[in-house]
Amino acid sequence: MEKLVEEFSLGLFIWQTVLFLALLFLLRKYAWKPILNAVNEREEGIKNALKSAEEARKEMQNLQADNERILNEARAERDGMLKEARQLKNSMIEDAKTEAKAEADKIVAQAQATIDSEKKAAIAELKNQVAELSVEIAEKMVRKELANKDKQLELVDSMLGDVTLN
Amino acid sequence: MLISFVSFGKEEVKEKGNSKEEIRKEIKEYIGHHLQDSHDFSIGSYTTDTGEHKYIGFPLPVILWDNGLKVFSSSKFHHGETVANIDGNYYKLYHSKIYKTDAEGTIHYDEAHHATNVKPLDLSITKSVFMIIITGILMFFLFRGLARSYGKNNGIAKGAGRFFEPIVLYIRDDIAISNIGEKHYKKYMPYLLTIFFFIWFLNIFGLTPLGVNVTGNIAVTLALAILTFLITNFSGKKDYWLHLFDPLGSSMPWYAKIPLYIILVPIELLGLIIKPFSLLIRLYANMQAGHIVLMSLIGLIFIFKNWLGGGLSFFLAFAISLIEVLVALLQAYIFTMLSALYFGFASEEHDHEHEHEIAH
Repeated sequence: MEKLVEEFSLGLFIWQTVLFLALLFLLRKYAWKPILNAVNEREEGIKNALKSAEEARKEMQNLQADNERILNEARAERDGMLKEARQLKNSMIEDAKTEAKAEADKIVAQAQATIDSEKKAAIAELKNQVAELSVEIAEKMVRKELANKDKQLELVDSMLGDVTLN
Repeated sequence: MLISFVSFGKEEVKEKGNSKEEIRKEIKEYIGHHLQDSHDFSIGSYTTDTGEHKYIGFPLPVILWDNGLKVFSSSKFHHGETVANIDGNYYKLYHSKIYKTDAEGTIHYDEAHHATNVKPLDLSITKSVFMIIITGILMFFLFRGLARSYGKNNGIAKGAGRFFEPIVLYIRDDIAISNIGEKHYKKYMPYLLTIFFFIWFLNIFGLTPLGVNVTGNIAVTLALAILTFLITNFSGKKDYWLHLFDPLGSSMPWYAKIPLYIILVPIELLGLIIKPFSLLIRLYANMQAGHIVLMSLIGLIFIFKNWLGGGLSFFLAFAISLIEVLVALLQAYIFTMLSALYFGFASEEHDHEHEHEIAH
């Protein structure tokens, strides 16, 4: 301890204090403050950059999800439309078919009816002609038959034979 | 570096070093001389064939306050061999201290062989002051350069700053913020950074062949410790003082506290002084011891004077100097760390129950 006291130099102590304080204030003003500010700024910058990158990533994800959703919606809509169109087409075809069938049926029925009536008319006419012809034939035959007396009697006989009395 | 260490030693062998006893005594003196501050910047001396001492180096200005400012070159002392005559006053350099003497330079002694002559206030630019100035200038330009490189280089350090920036960040994050806290650390940062680099650089300079033992000087460490002490107590918040004078707080009724406080408060107050005192002694003792060990090992080379012992001493000196490089950093770190810790105690608010045992 005595040696320490003996070694102690007041001059050096004063110089050390003065110089160190001067150094402290100079460095504080010209070095430490700018250095710490710059470093802080840089760190803030990095933090912000990371944050914004994260935000951008999230936004991107949102955007992608949106896109996906829109795409899906569009796809569904397209499918729906296609389905609808198909249904429409089918129903149209079906309608046309039934309509056509009905028309055809109608035409067929009409034709049938015409044919029937024609047939009836033709049959009637044929009947008339046959009747006429039969009458003519019968007339001629009757005239010829009845030219002699025997034949007339014979006829009367056969006819009377047909008419059996019950 | 090592080569220079050896050249250091060469001077020790200087004169008529024949008998081992003489060399031993001379080495001891040399180390003692080296550990002290000096008024000229010499890195060695040798003796010419005519027996005359020659010193390698240059003189430094002597500034004395003795009924007026007296400034003259230390070359007037001729390394303590002659008396300097300044304006009719005679001064003599004796054991690295300047004494006022008569024209013949007589030194009077008391019984314990201490000089009793008048000592004028010595404000000389000594070797240590010179190194402090050099270190200060170096630090200023180094960190000014670092600060400027941010502006020029888009916020990224350039050159030597690349090496020092992580250290600055380490001091901020792991010394200041972790000990003082996010809230208050900013105002202590300039002091912590300055003190760390100041001690570290001076420690490192102490290991160079310039051989300046600045941080191993009690005046320097005392000045640094006093600054830490003053900053701690001037920035002390309410909780800090409350803890000092009322360490038990409301955990006990007042009448129970009285007998305890008769012992506790003086201890706390003593701790106030012990904390910076431990700082100053730790740095001083570590650096001083390092220099003594290193120089003794180098001195051994000249005592052994053979290949085996010399080689061994050389190897040991080499190993120790490597350790000393580590110690240089470690001591700077410890000083800064403990200063930060004390500032942390001073600026702490609330929650002051856990710090009863303060690490010394």
